[in-house]
Parts: sequence; C-alpha cells; structure tokens
Amino acid sequence: MKKPVGAAILSAVMFGFGQWSNRQWIKGFVFAAFGAVGLYALIFELFDYLRGLVTLGTQPSGFVKVGKLTKMVEGDHSIFMMIKGLAALAASLLICFFYVLNIRDAYLVAKARKAGHPVHDFRQSLASLGQKHFAYLVLLPPFITIAFLTVLPLVFSILIAFTNYADPILPPARLVDWVGFDNFSQMLSLKKWSHTFGGVLMWTLIWAVIATATTYVGGVLVAVLIHQPRVRFKKFWRTALIIPFAIPNMISLLVMRNMFNNQFGPINDYLRRIGLQGLPWLTDPFWAKVTVILVNMWMGIPITMILAFGVLTTIPKDLYEAADADGAGSFQRLRYITMPMVLFSTAPILIMQFAGNINNFNVIYLLTNGEPVNIRYQFAGHTDLLVTWLYKLALNQSQFSFASVIGIFIFLIVGSFSIWSYTRTKSYREEDMIH
Amino acid sequence: MRTSTGNGKLFMTYAILGVLTFLSLFPALWIVLSSLKEGNSLYSDTLIPREMTFVHYKDLFEKTMYPRWFLNTLKVAVFSTIIGTFLLLLSSYAISRFRFAGRKTTLKTFLVLQMFPGFMAMIAIFVMLNAIGLLNSHWALILVYSSGSIITNVFVAKGFFDTIPRSLEDAARIDGASPMKVFFSVIVPLSTPMLTYASLMIFNGAFVDFIFADLILRTEEQRTLAVGLYKMVSQRNSTEFTLFAAGAVLVAVPVTFLFLFLQRYLVDGLTAGASKG
Repeated sequence: MKKPVGAAILSAVMFGFGQWSNRQWIKGFVFAAFGAVGLYALIFELFDYLRGLVTLGTQPSGFVKVGKLTKMVEGDHSIFMMIKGLAALAASLLICFFYVLNIRDAYLVAKARKAGHPVHDFRQSLASLGQKHFAYLVLLPPFITIAFLTVLPLVFSILIAFTNYADPILPPARLVDWVGFDNFSQMLSLKKWSHTFGGVLMWTLIWAVIATATTYVGGVLVAVLIHQPRVRFKKFWRTALIIPFAIPNMISLLVMRNMFNNQFGPINDYLRRIGLQGLPWLTDPFWAKVTVILVNMWMGIPITMILAFGVLTTIPKDLYEAADADGAGSFQRLRYITMPMVLFSTAPILIMQFAGNINNFNVIYLLTNGEPVNIRYQFAGHTDLLVTWLYKLALNQSQFSFASVIGIFIFLIVGSFSIWSYTRTKSYREEDMIH
Repeated sequence: MRTSTGNGKLFMTYAILGVLTFLSLFPALWIVLSSLKEGNSLYSDTLIPREMTFVHYKDLFEKTMYPRWFLNTLKVAVFSTIIGTFLLLLSSYAISRFRFAGRKTTLKTFLVLQMFPGFMAMIAIFVMLNAIGLLNSHWALILVYSSGSIITNVFVAKGFFDTIPRSLEDAARIDGASPMKVFFSVIVPLSTPMLTYASLMIFNGAFVDFIFADLILRTEEQRTLAVGLYKMVSQRNSTEFTLFAAGAVLVAVPVTFLFLFLQRYLVDGLTAGASKG
C-alpha cells in the first residue's frame, strides 16, 4: 500500500502497522512493542490512578467490624493518590504523544515512498534521528528532569489550592476533597484570612519598593563616587565594597541577626557606650522593618554598584566636557547625564530586582523570621512577606491549601510585572525570544 | 578657590568611601574576631579579644560532625554543578541554535516556571521523595538542584550562545563533523565564560541552601554545612555563639574567595542575565 492516508489509518488502528505497510519492519516492530506496553499500562495500571486523581479517595480510615472484633482499616491516602494520579496523567499524555508521532511517521514515510524516495532502513532511520532531530535528542534529558522535578510538583501544588488539604483535614486520617475556588474566596473575603493577607501583601509591596529603590540608588551613587577621575586606588575601593556580595548571604544574615541582638549584640553595645540608648532592632515592629531594609542595603548595594560600573565606563567623556563648558556643576552632571544613562541601561535589572525582592525569603526568614508576632494576624508576624507566610503556613501550620493559594497570588504578581517588563526590553522587540 | 573646594570634595569622597568600606567589612571582621574569642557568649566587652584562641575551630572538628557535613556539602555541590551545568548546556544550546517545532512553547514554559516561588513545589517534592523512598538521600538534593538550575540560568546561557557566530559551526559541519562533535569540540570550549558563571551560581546555590536541604535530610550524618550551621544558630543560639562563628568563617571563606577570583565572569553573567539575552 502506498497511500499516505492509508498508512496513517493503519498506524491509528495499531502502533506500528503503518510502518509495516511501508516495509519498515524493525521500526514498525519497535513502534508496536512500545504501543503494546503503553496500551497495557493505560488499561490495567494507569486507569485506576487517573480515577483516583478525580475522586481523591473514597474509603476513609476508620474502624470496621469484622465478626466480633473492630479493626482499624487504613483508608485511601488522598495526597498519595493525587501524586500518583498526576504521574499517571503525565504517562498517559506521553503515550498519546507517541501515538500521534506513530501516525505522523507512517504518513510522512508513505508520502515519501509515493514520491519515489527510497525508504530508510532501520540503521538509516537511527542516523537521521541524530542529524535531523538533534535538538529533540539533546533536549530530552533536561526535559525529563524538569518534567518530574519541577513541573509535576508545581502542578501538584497548584491543584492543592483547589482542595481542602489544611489542618485538621490531613490524610491518612481524613479524606481530602476538591473544593473549587473556595480557598481563594476565603482568602479574600473571610475576615480572619483577608485581614492578614491584606496586611502582609501591603508590607510585601512596600518592602519590595523600598528595598529595590535603596539598593539601586545607593549602588549607583557608590559607583559614581569611585568612578570620579580624581579618585585613586579605584580597584581597592571596588574590591572592598564588593565583599558583602561575595560572602554567602545565608552566613551574613545569621551574623547580622546576632549583631543586631538587642541585649548582647555589638551594635547596641556601641550605642550604649557612646551614651545613647540601644534600639529594639529586631523586636519592635517599626525598627524590625528598618533593620531588614538596612541589612538588605548592605547586601544589595554591591550588585548594583558592579553593574553601574559597567555602564559608567561606556558613557562618552565628551558629554561631561560639554557639560563643563556649559558651566554645569557636579550635581547637574549627575542629574542630567549620569543618572539617565545608567537608568536607561539598567532598567531591566531594576524590574528583575523588584520581582526578586517580592520573593526575598532569606533576608526575612533568617533575620527576623517574620517576627515580632502580630496577634491580629493569622500565623504571621509584622515583617512576614507573602513567601515567608507561605512557608510558615505549609510547614509549621499544615495549612497546605492556603499556602498554595498564596503561591498562586505571588505568581500572578511576579508574572504580571515580568510580562510588563519583557514586553518593554529591546530583546523582546528585536530578537526572536518570545514570538 | 576652585582647587580648594575641589580638594575639599575629594577629601569628602575619601571620607565617605572610608566609612563605607568600614561598614562593609565590619561584619566579616567582627565574626572572625568572635570566632577567636574565649568562652561561648555573644557579648564581648572589646572588639579585639584579650586572648586569642583557636579552640572553637578545634571543637568544630572534634565535637561536631563538621568534617562529615563538609564532605556531604562538597559531594552535593560538586555533583549538582556537574549535572546541572551539563543539562543547562544541552538545553540552552538546542534552544539557541535550532528552530524546532515547540521552541517558542519551551521558552514560554521556562519563563512561566521562573515566576513561581520555589517553595511551592517543595512540599510536593517532599511527598514524592517520601513515596519513592529517596528521603534523606543526597542524590535527591542533587537532582532537584540540577533541575532547578536549568530554569534559573537558561536565559543567560541562551543569550550567550546567541552571540557565538553560527559560521563557526557551519565550517565544522562542512568538514563533516556530526552535530555531537560540533557541540563538544567547537561550542563547549567557546563557552568557558558562561560555563564558569553558571557553575559558580549552581555551586553556590547548592552550597548555601538550608531550606530544602533541611526538609530532605532527616539525620545529622546526612546534613550539609548550611543546614548544620543553621541548626546550630536556631537551636542553641547564643549559648554556643563562638562555635557558630568559627563554623560561619569556615563556610564563608572558600565561597568568598571563589567569588572574588571569578568576579569578571560574574559581572558578565549578571549583566547578560539582566537583559535576558
């Protein structure tokens, strides 16, 4: 049979048939073997798991009377069922994909035969796989890793937001159910959640704006300061000021937490020695916020400084000379030449840092752990960001569904900022990154 | 007149730079001196200890599992770097060079994946690892770090490959080299700067992560340095402060010097990452 459609139909009936009709015996056999395994798995193994994903278990744990004895019977574990169901779904999609591939292959080969091209034997097919489809071959290992270790867990977490998986409904003792958008509406309208959500969201945004602005302006100013033509030992100043960036931030944050210790830390100690009262750096709601911003400046300024240096060296000198001739002072040169030039080429960084600060887990978690506690909040403190609240909700309070809801909100916030910035960068418009 | 205000300004500049340098070095100085202090308390009446002692460093090796943690960390970080960099190279090269069906979708997927907070997937990974019995295993960490590193670095790496002229590969292809050969003998040697940047980032990430590692590694023997150190501070806090100080210094020193040595690559990588190639 030489009709392409016929070969495609044969392959659609059963994996490999179309290849056989094209006289590609080994290839057809490989397809048929894969297909048989896939179909068997789909019918006898995967189907149950897929059903589990929909029901999330029907048999709760409990006591069942067996004759005269009551016996503890372990019921369905909704969460395991969900993960297995997801994995089964991924496997089923893979089988479907393979099925389509098998039909397409039969069609294309039959078409080539009809046009009078010789049919590849198996060895040639393999060789062409390495040549023509090199990209797919190369992408396969990273894709498999990402699919199982990033995408699958992420999909799971997103699905959790649509269930009632939160203390006290925890498997295996109880069954989890799908609840649709209930958690979202509770988060936004139920007083106990919405109050905390509003407060934490507000502080997250304020924090992100201040943290980004302070490190950015600070970094550019320091770079300008060192870049002045008359300043000597430039390399020394640069290296000295890069140090905070080079020290792992987990270490410096833990060190800072001790330095700012109210009672025994060196900072309050020095303040007291010069006759001032120490400040409640980490225990007062207001001062704790100041502290995290100060510490963040210490860690963040070097990065902007390094990047600003790169820009400063590209600003043509004659711009400054022209400004000098017009009688501009150093402030005016900074305001009208340096700042606009630097801002222009580092704008994408600014937006990225803003998005990064929204998710700046380490600074808050290691420095204050979200404290001081806010009694009017649901499981959150004064300095908690959305991410640290998410973490506490999931790992300390077992409020998994609400944690997932917050994760989705963070995604929406960061996502909209990122898309807004990507559509504005040059690479988006000129190069072929997205379209 | 003009020169005297100029000199005044220059003096001010040096004064400010001096203060800033002091501020940026002080925490490092303080923690190093604290680690040499006698006793175990946070409070100290002088900055420079009256008596210097290396006993805390000795204790670290003798009384805690520090050497063990160090080896664990090295294992996790090195393997994550190798596997992660390899996977990153493959994916970013393919995306940069080949126009295959599904390329745009792949790029968009990477973008979207980047926007989710990393913690969201953590619990699911925990449950999954628990189900397949890989909990408390270093390989679980290595796999997760490697996979995560592809997503965080793929745009920097792709941007880098975009700048390597295609004519180089075409020449090799005309000479009859297979795509595999072109990749390993032409592309890989050319991508040293990017490779340095990416592997430094992955290595550092694996070296200092304490959240995910803490969740996965259940026993003390399996811990990494970051987890061990974090536990030391969060559980025993000020009672063993000097021991923590010694540990912190030993963790920070190698990473800090690595960063300072490879500064140039870092700057290039950061700039490239910012413009998203």
